[in-house]
Amino acid sequence: MPFNLLVLICLVYVIFLFLVAFVVESRAARGRLGFLRSPVIYTLSLSIYCTAWTFYGAVGYAARSGLEFLTIYLGPTLVFVGWWLVLRKLVRIGRQQRVTSIADLISSRFGKSNLLGVVVTLIAVIAATPYIALQLQSITLSFSVFARNTPEAWLVPGHADIALWVAGGLAVFTILFGTRNLDAKEQHHGIVTAIAVEAVVKLVALLAVGSFVVWGLAGGIGPMIDHIGTAEVPGWTFQSDRWVGLIALSAAAVISLPRMFQVMVVENIDESHLARASWAFPLYLFAMSLFILPIAVIGLERMPEGTNPDMLVLTLPLAEGQGALAMLAFLGGFSSATSMVIVETIALATMISNNLVMPLWLRLRPAAALSGDLRGGVLLTRRLAIAGVLALGFLYYRISGGSAALAAIGLIAFAGMAQFLPAMLGGIFWRGGTKIGALAGLVTGSAIWAYTLFLPSFGVDAVIPAQVFSEGLFGLGWLRPRALFGTEGMDPLVHSVFWSLSLNVIAFTLGSVLTFPDPVERIQGVAFVNAFDREAQAERLGWSHGQAEPEALLSLAQRILGEEALTFFEAQARAQGKEGFLPDLTPEFLAEAERKLAGSVGAATAHAMISQLFGRATVTVEDLMAVANETAQIMEYSAKLEAKQLELTRTARQLREVNDKLTQLSVQKDAFLSQISHELRTPMTSIRAFSEILTEGDLPPGMVADSGRIIHSEAVRLTRLLDDLLDLSVLESGTVQLNLELAHLGRMLDRAVQAASQTRPERSFEIRRDEMAEELHLMTDADRLVQVFINLISNARKYCDADPGLLRIVVRQKAGRVTVDFIDNGKGIPKEAQRLIFEKFARMTDQMRAGGAGLGLAIVREIMVNLGGTISYLPGQKGAAFRVTLPLRLEKPAAKSARAAAL
Amino acid sequence: MPQGPLFLARAVYRRRRLRDAARLLPVFGLLLLLLPAFGEQSGNLAHTAIYLFAVWALLILAACLLAPALSRSEAEGDPETDQGPQDMGDS
Amino acid sequence: MAGRVLLIEDEPNIAEAIRFILSREGCEVLVESDGAKALDRVAEARPDLVILDLMLPGMSGLEILGALRADSETRELKILMLTAKGQGRDREAAERAGVSAFMAKPFANAEMRAQVRALLEG
Repeated sequence: MPFNLLVLICLVYVIFLFLVAFVVESRAARGRLGFLRSPVIYTLSLSIYCTAWTFYGAVGYAARSGLEFLTIYLGPTLVFVGWWLVLRKLVRIGRQQRVTSIADLISSRFGKSNLLGVVVTLIAVIAATPYIALQLQSITLSFSVFARNTPEAWLVPGHADIALWVAGGLAVFTILFGTRNLDAKEQHHGIVTAIAVEAVVKLVALLAVGSFVVWGLAGGIGPMIDHIGTAEVPGWTFQSDRWVGLIALSAAAVISLPRMFQVMVVENIDESHLARASWAFPLYLFAMSLFILPIAVIGLERMPEGTNPDMLVLTLPLAEGQGALAMLAFLGGFSSATSMVIVETIALATMISNNLVMPLWLRLRPAAALSGDLRGGVLLTRRLAIAGVLALGFLYYRISGGSAALAAIGLIAFAGMAQFLPAMLGGIFWRGGTKIGALAGLVTGSAIWAYTLFLPSFGVDAVIPAQVFSEGLFGLGWLRPRALFGTEGMDPLVHSVFWSLSLNVIAFTLGSVLTFPDPVERIQGVAFVNAFDREAQAERLGWSHGQAEPEALLSLAQRILGEEALTFFEAQARAQGKEGFLPDLTPEFLAEAERKLAGSVGAATAHAMISQLFGRATVTVEDLMAVANETAQIMEYSAKLEAKQLELTRTARQLREVNDKLTQLSVQKDAFLSQISHELRTPMTSIRAFSEILTEGDLPPGMVADSGRIIHSEAVRLTRLLDDLLDLSVLESGTVQLNLELAHLGRMLDRAVQAASQTRPERSFEIRRDEMAEELHLMTDADRLVQVFINLISNARKYCDADPGLLRIVVRQKAGRVTVDFIDNGKGIPKEAQRLIFEKFARMTDQMRAGGAGLGLAIVREIMVNLGGTISYLPGQKGAAFRVTLPLRLEKPAAKSARAAAL
Repeated sequence: MPQGPLFLARAVYRRRRLRDAARLLPVFGLLLLLLPAFGEQSGNLAHTAIYLFAVWALLILAACLLAPALSRSEAEGDPETDQGPQDMGDS
Repeated sequence: MAGRVLLIEDEPNIAEAIRFILSREGCEVLVESDGAKALDRVAEARPDLVILDLMLPGMSGLEILGALRADSETRELKILMLTAKGQGRDREAAERAGVSAFMAKPFANAEMRAQVRALLEG
């Protein structure tokens, strides 16, 4: 198979996984997990226990050591079958305490100790390094198996290059999906589902190869059993010590491996899933193991001497000409390796960021805890940690030379991770375990592991000199790495596991017995050990260890709640039967106070504040992140409040404006009524006086006629006033009936000029027009428009004080609107009066009054509004100048909307 | 009403025995799986393998039968102090 | 009824009516239509009675009233205020400013005669 095609298939497969993860993530984001929450997915995700070590290494293991490979799966089987004993409690505690990693669990149990978190993290990273190297090595080997069969082998990059590419690719994938968001519970639904898919792929692949071997090559189950029975391999003698030791080791590992803890405890979304997994996961392991021995036996029989037994799953189908089967097997191995690396690096990155980097960073920069940029820092740390962990794995692969058997490397990692077990089990089952004890056990165990197994794995003289191997550290014979305390002749692995775990347990127990736990440790101890005791849980949530004075709490509460704090404290004190403001610090009161504070500053902050006051626990990263989150929420909330405030201010301003307008309108209405009264009473006075004179009789000659003339003209004036008022009220109410028609602008102006010539007919007055520009047809109410024109021309005739008077009428058309300017050569209207001329009864001086009541321009303005246009005074034209603007085509509703806009 | 409490107690009793079984299952399994290590070392590899797989299958079956009942008993909320197997009596 | 009456009124028809009514009673009636010139006319004509319109061009009736009351020469001058607005506010303002009598337009001729007589004789 061409190498490029292989790479292409891998890429397509990875993209497919990527899509699975992406779709699930987006469904999860919308809260629609559906079947993804099923126990099936949970069980399948647990299968990351089966890494490339299982897929490739188990067959190699079986080929080298016979049935011993089974121990790796029997241990976990026992743990899961006995879930009621340990796993159930672990999952319950993990959910109750919102544990994010194994380091978090141990540090949280032993008084939220940062130091323990750091130690666990370091051990986990060191122990995981060979394991990750194992995955890189197996992928590299599988690539090279295919490459060996290609004619264009020279195109294939070297092993180290492949490993580098694989490590880089996995880093990118993990960073993209493992650190997309920061979930408070550290759950990654997308990744878990992708891993479940990979679990199916690797199971199907292994079953396919196994079926081919049993039925295709061996000829059925019976002959297969004969093959196994007659196989004689030197290494296959049953080693009792290893058998017992490895079952114990794998049982320990399945609990304490960071990635297993991640999928089993952290990613658990429903405790009941564990019950299903208790038999389903062993069943998966059973199925994975079923064909390992047949493949190994047939592979040894058929393949030439010197074939790498770790690659039999691939090389056997290839040698038998089953290219497609080999391809499936390759994808199965690829799945096993990638899923392990992804989850392991996420788990380690969580530990590194939460237990190593963030506490350090917060200690160096305490102020950063309250600024909102904590999330970015956490994500960046995790990304760097993922890259770093993969880089370490790659380095181990390069340094160790990538030559050792896969199973051997895996067991080194197992033995390292197993060091967590005493602290974990001791922590959840024994209240007496202390921080010092846990620390002592972890340090002792891991040091012995490193000295007897991990460092020697680099080879003699690589890290530990050959001299130390033969003569012991500092020349002390009982400190030889392979024969501690003179235990020679033991299997190196069993030797290391035995001594490291024994001394670990002894150190943990002694350290715990000899030291005294601080209050936080004791509280946490009770919470963990009594995870199923509801009353103990309820108590844990309260504050039972009051070390602070009530005054301190009161002053804290006052700073946050103000006067309300006093009321609250007094009420609480009274409830306890006490006088004054200082209640006893009972757990109930403290819980109530925390809730009260939480209402103002958020739960996390309240908790942290009371914590500080009571010195109960140091503030954890989770607490601070919650604070940061809440701060962000509060900021968002106050932004919303501010917007509300702005809106309120705006509304208030609008209200004020409306109110001002109404007041103004009311004032205007009063003024208007007063004006009308004046305008009506004035002619009435003359009429009444002269009619009385007439009735009194005895008048000089001519007086009767004069009186009659005056009465008549004043009556006309009254009528005109009433007409104008009526007109104005109709126009203002917007109920005026417009007669829209197509009218010629020039002819309308002709009519207006004609009608206006009756105003002061004695004047010599020139009107200058542009007939060409007036060649326009308007859709409008012609009579109303003419009324406007008459008014303007009459005004000019009346008030223009130049002699001879000149009025220019200028017509322009632009963008569907027509402007008609009326500009005379008089003095114009004083600036301060320009604002007022369109108001009702606004007359400049009574000298300027020529019979009108001062309603003319007000009527004109109303007409223009009704015609969808405007009238305005044009300043700076030397004379008085008015501009009429109106639409070329008036649509019916224009009047109302224009009026609405004008108001 | 002697019948009511008696019935309840019996259910509690059943639950407790069930949990005892759940706790004993891995111990029992471990003993069976360790047998080959202490038995005859030169036996037929195929026979040892068949024995181990059979024990394995048995354990899975037992767990499969126990799990739903355990899960139910937990959901029914029988508070458990976790101080080891405890008999509340069956009366 | 004798006396010199200065009528300050900008409505020519109303001024003509009052002039006619009072002249027939024997008064000497002078008419001024411009508020701004009213004070000069008072000083020049030295009337026994001023009939003052409230709304005048140039200077309002209330302003003229205030000016007349401020001057020691005219402090005791009889002043009859006329208004077409007919609002209580105007009457109060005029009374505060020291008007002798107040009449709303339109008025009955007899009322005008009686008011002027009372002022001239009182």
